[in-house]
Amino acid sequence: MVDTIVFLVAAVICLTGALGVILARNPVHSALMLVMTLFGIAVQFVSQEAHFLAAVQVIVYAGAIVVLFLFVIMLLGVDTAQNLEIGALPAQKWAALCFGVGSLALTGYIILAVDNPVTGRPGMGGAIDETANVRLLARSLFSNYVYAFELTSLLLVIAVIGAVVLARKPVKQLPEEAGR
Amino acid sequence: MIVTTSWYLVLGALLFIIGGVGLLVRRNPLIMLMCVELMLNGVNLSFVAFSKALGDIGGQTVVFFVLVVAAAEVVVGLGLIVAILRRAPGSTADDLSVLKG
Amino acid sequence: MVELVWLIPTFPLVGFLFLLIAGSRLGEPKAGWIATAASTCSFIVTFVVFLGLLAKSSDDRSFEQVLFDWLPAGSLNVEAGFLVDPLSMTMALFVTGVGTLIHLYSVGYMHGDPKFSKFFLYLNLFLFSMLMLVLGNNLVVTFLGWEGVGTCSYLLISFWHQRDSAATAGKKAFVTNRVGDWGFMIAMFLLWSSIGTLTYTEIAQSSPMATVTGTAVSLLLFVAAAGKSAQLPLYVWLPDAMEGPTPVSAMVHAATMVTSGVYLLVRMNHVLTSDALIVIAVVGAATALFAALAAVAQQDIKKVLAYSTVSQLGFMFLAIGSGAYVAAIFHVITHAFFKALLFLGSGSVIHGMHDEQDMKKMGALRSLMPITAGTFIIGWLAIAGVPPFAGFWSKDEILLAAWEQPNIGPILWAVGLVTALLTAYYMSRQVFLVFFGDKRWDEGVEPHESPWTMTLPLCILAVAAALGGLINLPVVADWLYLEHFLEPIFSHPHQFVSSTTTKIILAIIAVLAGLVGIGVAAAVWLVHRVKADQLEPKILENAMYIDAAYSKVVGGVGHKAFEMISNADKKYVDGAINQIGKTTIRLGAMMRPLQSGYMRNYAIGITIGGLVLLIWIIAGAS
Repeated sequence: MVDTIVFLVAAVICLTGALGVILARNPVHSALMLVMTLFGIAVQFVSQEAHFLAAVQVIVYAGAIVVLFLFVIMLLGVDTAQNLEIGALPAQKWAALCFGVGSLALTGYIILAVDNPVTGRPGMGGAIDETANVRLLARSLFSNYVYAFELTSLLLVIAVIGAVVLARKPVKQLPEEAGR
Repeated sequence: MIVTTSWYLVLGALLFIIGGVGLLVRRNPLIMLMCVELMLNGVNLSFVAFSKALGDIGGQTVVFFVLVVAAAEVVVGLGLIVAILRRAPGSTADDLSVLKG
Repeated sequence: MVELVWLIPTFPLVGFLFLLIAGSRLGEPKAGWIATAASTCSFIVTFVVFLGLLAKSSDDRSFEQVLFDWLPAGSLNVEAGFLVDPLSMTMALFVTGVGTLIHLYSVGYMHGDPKFSKFFLYLNLFLFSMLMLVLGNNLVVTFLGWEGVGTCSYLLISFWHQRDSAATAGKKAFVTNRVGDWGFMIAMFLLWSSIGTLTYTEIAQSSPMATVTGTAVSLLLFVAAAGKSAQLPLYVWLPDAMEGPTPVSAMVHAATMVTSGVYLLVRMNHVLTSDALIVIAVVGAATALFAALAAVAQQDIKKVLAYSTVSQLGFMFLAIGSGAYVAAIFHVITHAFFKALLFLGSGSVIHGMHDEQDMKKMGALRSLMPITAGTFIIGWLAIAGVPPFAGFWSKDEILLAAWEQPNIGPILWAVGLVTALLTAYYMSRQVFLVFFGDKRWDEGVEPHESPWTMTLPLCILAVAAALGGLINLPVVADWLYLEHFLEPIFSHPHQFVSSTTTKIILAIIAVLAGLVGIGVAAAVWLVHRVKADQLEPKILENAMYIDAAYSKVVGGVGHKAFEMISNADKKYVDGAINQIGKTTIRLGAMMRPLQSGYMRNYAIGITIGGLVLLIWIIAGAS
């Protein structure tokens, strides 16, 4: 009983937030709606006993990524109401409609046609037993997926360097050179 | 009514669809990036749902990686957006057609 | 003590590396002394190892030291190892001995040269390569040394590379040697496929190959030897190699590198078939005669000695072809002594005459350069075959072996005899032109004696040239030290079958031929009773234009053929690849409209495409 209520409440939060992201005029409103969605997702994670991920979701996603978004919005001054139109390219509206309707239909079909969404075959990560979630995750991460782990750390370094290089202010030209 | 796995999957799919529609419809690059984040979250939810249903920790590990990669992607994406919008403030996704073949 | 054999090539290698790093900083003369010290240490170790070998009983004189497995490749296992046996020790002794003397000489000769340390670097590298060649325990290590000496020869010949002629001469030497190396490699392949081993000790114990294979291997090895030891038709690089500094001519092109061909054939004496030996003998005799004729008409003091070297090498191959391997090695040793002596002496003359090399501009130098003159005269007597100097004994043994050949023996002997006469003639001509007669040099040139670093090696080598015959005197069987020492090497030791009377008669005829040569030279050049014009025709001076013929063929027809191939390559091969590139570009142009540039169009593509794929998969699954 409690599970159902928790799920429904969190689902409502998620969906409201999602619709808010795509329908809001002001980008800052979009970002705040995104935060709402992320919190809803975090609640869903907790209810699925993925505690570590819930915490990381809040810290990283809501706490870092959305903050970054807000920084950029403030930096570039797009919080005014000008750049917000929906539409323009004619094909886009129709394509969006197709995609939305088609995906909904597909989802509905799958849910109805399939009895059990899970095959039951064992996966690669390692079974969930009584150990704490963090420990299980750590064990799986550092043994089965250690290469991916190392590569993602490399990826983060590259991303940092890339961001620094991309976002640098262009070098100012000296007055005498500008005349050439 | 018991909450089964399918409920979570439907929620995840809905999030994904909403994000996809938003991506196709909006023109502001920042909003588009946020819609991508929405899609990723939908997928994450599905993974965790499967992880719980199968009793396998691998699903959560994948989410961990998705989180990391999404963070890196956002960083680089925002860097690009900053670089582009600094030169031409007020441009939208449609104005960035320099790579036309 | 024989385990120290690995030290022998290590000293010059260390010297080379040290000079490579610190040579230019040390400069003159420290770099020279370091190189000489490395060579001396190598000689001392060689001597110690030699004593260790002597200490063993005569049927146990073969010691292999394997450093590591160099090329393990399936059933072929090539080791990096050394073989200490009488032949390798003989070669190593005189290589390091003469080498050390030449290192010492070079300290004086190369005085004032801006690239002083580089010279000694190359000399040490050369010594290392030559030692690897003679000490290796299998054909591949020998080949390593073979290539090494070829490279060093190139480096040293074109040492003064600012001179075009020197650079060209270096290239010529290298390319001609390569032709010989090709023979070496094919011989190795054939040997491997028929016997299955490349190690000397195993080859010596293997059963004989099929005659055709054996002859092919022998002839290919002879091609290699002809390239390295300047026989017809691959001799053309040796006269031009005189562009290098005189110590190089002495070391590389008189005493050591050019004898490596002889060493190779003697080492492989088990596989040489009798048919091949006949060919070797004939080519050797022909080369000897041809080169002697060419030496008669040369004006440059070093070119006479170069052709003389080719001629003496021909003698050595004549000996091998007659089966008298010991005689060949004996002549290698004595030739090393007196030829190095002659070259160093000529270097001393050149040095004293301030780089004048034309003999027509010398004369009457014996009072101004007494030590050089005295030692040079000893070398002259040795090469002319005047007893009791070293050259007489070794040359005599070769002529005897040639005489004893079936069928063609007397012809070969006659050719050898004429060559000996010519040798005496042209060497006497050289001595009289340079040291006797009237002075003919230009004004302002003041000849002087050379410093002790140059005259000391001359004296030591003169003693060796004078007394070298003692190692293998044929008078009493016990005095044939060299022959007894080298006996374990050969599968078929050569026995001289002539009676003592025949031997003495042949020896006397040889000595008379030498004296006749000297006499004719004296009449022409010393006493001027006979006119000299007829005796130096242009055809001999240009060595019968063989070299010029090569240039014409390779430069003319050969050049055109190569150009044709090059053009075909450009047109077809490059053309095909360019077509591939053009096709790719065309395909790309066709696909270009897909890139509209609008991000959202791409997003449509991705999402709709993904949806379609998904529907398809699910439809397929259900």
